[in-house]
Amino acid sequence: MTDTLDPRSWLYPTPRGLYCEPGDFYVDPAVAVTRAVITHGHGDHARPGHRSALATPETLAIMRARFQDMPDTAQQALKYGDSVKIGDVEVSLVPAGHILGSAQVVLEHKGQRIVVSGDYKRRPDATCPPFEPVPCDVFITEATFALPVFHHPSDAGEIGKLLRSLETFPERTHLVGVYALGKCQRVIKLLRAAGWDKRIWLHGGLQSMCSLYRQQGVDLGDIALVSDAILETFKGAIVLCPPSALSDRWTRRFNEPMPAMASGWMGVRARARQRGAELPLVISDHADWPELCQTLKDVGAAKVWVTHGREEALVHMARSLGIEAEALHLAGREEEEGES
Amino acid sequence: MQAFARLLDALSFQPARNAKLRLIETYLRQTPDPDRGWALAALTGGLDFPAAKPALLRGFGEDKIGAELWHWSHDYVGDLAETLALIWESKPEAGPPPALGEVVETLQRATKMQTPAILERWLDSLDSTGRWALLKLLTGALRVGVSARLAKQAAANIGNQPVAEVEEVWHALAPPYRPLFDWLTRDGPKPSTNMGGAFLPAMLANPIERAELDTLDPAHFRAEWKWDGIRVQISSSGGIKRLYSRAGEDVSGAFPDIVDAIDFEGVFDGELLVRREEAIAPFNDLQQRLNRKVVTPRMLKEHPAHVRLYDALWIEDEDLRGLPFDERRARLEAWMALKPRPRFDLSPLVQFTDWAHLAQLREEMRSDGIEGLMLKRADSPYLAGRPKGPWFKWKRDPHLVDCVLMYAQRGHGKRSSFYSDYTFGCWRDNGSGARELAPVGKAYFGFTDEELRWLDKWVRDHTTNRFGPVREVEPKLVLEIAFDGIARSTRHKSGVAMRFPRINRIRTDKPASEADTVDNLMRLVPSGSNG
Repeated sequence: MTDTLDPRSWLYPTPRGLYCEPGDFYVDPAVAVTRAVITHGHGDHARPGHRSALATPETLAIMRARFQDMPDTAQQALKYGDSVKIGDVEVSLVPAGHILGSAQVVLEHKGQRIVVSGDYKRRPDATCPPFEPVPCDVFITEATFALPVFHHPSDAGEIGKLLRSLETFPERTHLVGVYALGKCQRVIKLLRAAGWDKRIWLHGGLQSMCSLYRQQGVDLGDIALVSDAILETFKGAIVLCPPSALSDRWTRRFNEPMPAMASGWMGVRARARQRGAELPLVISDHADWPELCQTLKDVGAAKVWVTHGREEALVHMARSLGIEAEALHLAGREEEEGES
Repeated sequence: MQAFARLLDALSFQPARNAKLRLIETYLRQTPDPDRGWALAALTGGLDFPAAKPALLRGFGEDKIGAELWHWSHDYVGDLAETLALIWESKPEAGPPPALGEVVETLQRATKMQTPAILERWLDSLDSTGRWALLKLLTGALRVGVSARLAKQAAANIGNQPVAEVEEVWHALAPPYRPLFDWLTRDGPKPSTNMGGAFLPAMLANPIERAELDTLDPAHFRAEWKWDGIRVQISSSGGIKRLYSRAGEDVSGAFPDIVDAIDFEGVFDGELLVRREEAIAPFNDLQQRLNRKVVTPRMLKEHPAHVRLYDALWIEDEDLRGLPFDERRARLEAWMALKPRPRFDLSPLVQFTDWAHLAQLREEMRSDGIEGLMLKRADSPYLAGRPKGPWFKWKRDPHLVDCVLMYAQRGHGKRSSFYSDYTFGCWRDNGSGARELAPVGKAYFGFTDEELRWLDKWVRDHTTNRFGPVREVEPKLVLEIAFDGIARSTRHKSGVAMRFPRINRIRTDKPASEADTVDNLMRLVPSGSNG
């Protein structure tokens, strides 16, 4: 580890995305490039059309499912913990705890280590291995929920809210808005852990990712498509759908639907109301404020670059911990709702 | 406290009345005394302790996370109490969270100096929903969309009693209402109503149309004008004088001029109006006086309140409710004649020979202060609630205008997949000789379920623009809008505000170019209305 080398001289943002010069590759580029390293499968990180892509085997599987098999992209799978030399850079992938296959990209060059954490969370998730803090010189962190107002409550408590509502309104169909990749499967696993072993119904838009998770060995229990239901009233049923379907005409087939929404944004009442959620569930795949602050301490980096979200508050917090922090503006990141 | 917090949380997101009722009933069934009583008091606005000042909450927030982070946090969330609830970290070592009863009883006894320290300990022990509910309770603004009447309805439901029975005993009870719950859930005796200034449940009328009148014998009915004010009850006994809305809400505080003029005992039914000399002011003027915490001397002088009496439930210590209408009326007239009663007068009976005659009188009456006619059976006793048959309201026909649909927005709850809120406009000159549509109002009822499905589809098929949940549509569909009144308004772009607008008919037969103009609408605004 040397402190004479300026990390910005070998890893820096460009209009195409975060570029690593000595390795001649981009991390999560915003457009199609010659060589890409991908942290995870969400649409604002994994894009189609690269000449070659390096990622975990799970992330590559997700990309193939989303981008018609990607026959024109040379795919290089790298398991958690393995490393590979690209140009003059040592690259390895470490679990980020965000969704299936999600990884932090650890880059080493001339004795300096930079961790691009992608999106991450610190609490347990039955669909992926937990985040591993990697000591480093520079830590690049997301800031989606970087305000002290974001304290995500316990997952079990939020699932309890859903089950309690089913007790109070046993005739109503409980419709839960979830993002197709990650949130959907996590909510199913949480329901199973809370003892809900009945069938969970799915909107068609959630099918392909659920099948993929099953192929990857994640047991989702009894799930079925709403469109395959015969003589089903959906009274007291749990139905998962993409958030956009919550106020869609599709909902008219259900019995007095109770619109629920599972997202970290649901912690703020005005945001939940905006979404039309009658039952907001604060379930997030991103680190909340205490997790972000704890992570800065755990990785012990002298420099922190803060990206996508509320950079100013986290920069402020990092500086108060004596860390040299600055905002890093990356092209192509969705600031607010998206696959969060 | 946590159970109550979960109730408030669920209520705040639940738009449907029946679902709100179910949530409150479930809570009242599952929660022991006295907590459920305090919760009922909180929902009916019956709790009284010194409100926490915003500065106290802001100070707490800045102490916890520093001024900068607090500023960004508050700016993002918007609501002060919610911001503090969210940024605060629970401390497991703070012990179990307080019960609602403990919170209320402690706050009622605590001095101003003690409150911050007590509050801090509770905030440490609650979760974020609990903190939010506690701070809402303390700042005196629950805002969960529950009226006092709805909360009483829920209480009545758990004891399988009509809500009128709960309202009748309500004013003789104080939080946490143990005798009420003993009666509703444990076969205890019905609580006594024998207390000064109690509210007696009002008798309400059913709407009727001209055609139905022919099935009734006009000789059995008496007619009164239906005044465009607010139905109130004056209740005075044992030196306690109160003014109630028809739902039993105590509105005495907003009308000290009326309360001061009560120099008698009894319970009377009448219409609250603003009256200048002999003239009844438009409803708008009365609205200025409602929902005010402080009534200024100027307000009292410029908007003097008045009650026009039409029934007597008690006179002094005699209950008249069992007597027929004609007898109560005779007693009321005799009582009014005893001495001058400033701020009170008698609503006259409208004399008529048959229904055709009455219909003619109703047509000819053009005063703005009158909404239509009340018809009361001469032999009807005074019955709580809305019994079918004895009393009817025969409202004046609404105004009708043809407007053009301009925007549609998705509804809430059951209607969240439907474009069910409609903004409509009328034509006006755009200043350079061409015509343009100006939005004049918004309506979200009046149509059948089938018409709603039709309108929803029409909106989707004719969308020209989208703004979030709102769609702009081609200006092609004419809607016949019915409304009860109209006044000038500076808050509306078109300069007018309709009262109770609803969709009367969908006029697919009429081209949009033939819809009404803003000028036509302006002609319906009564003179003297100053909005």
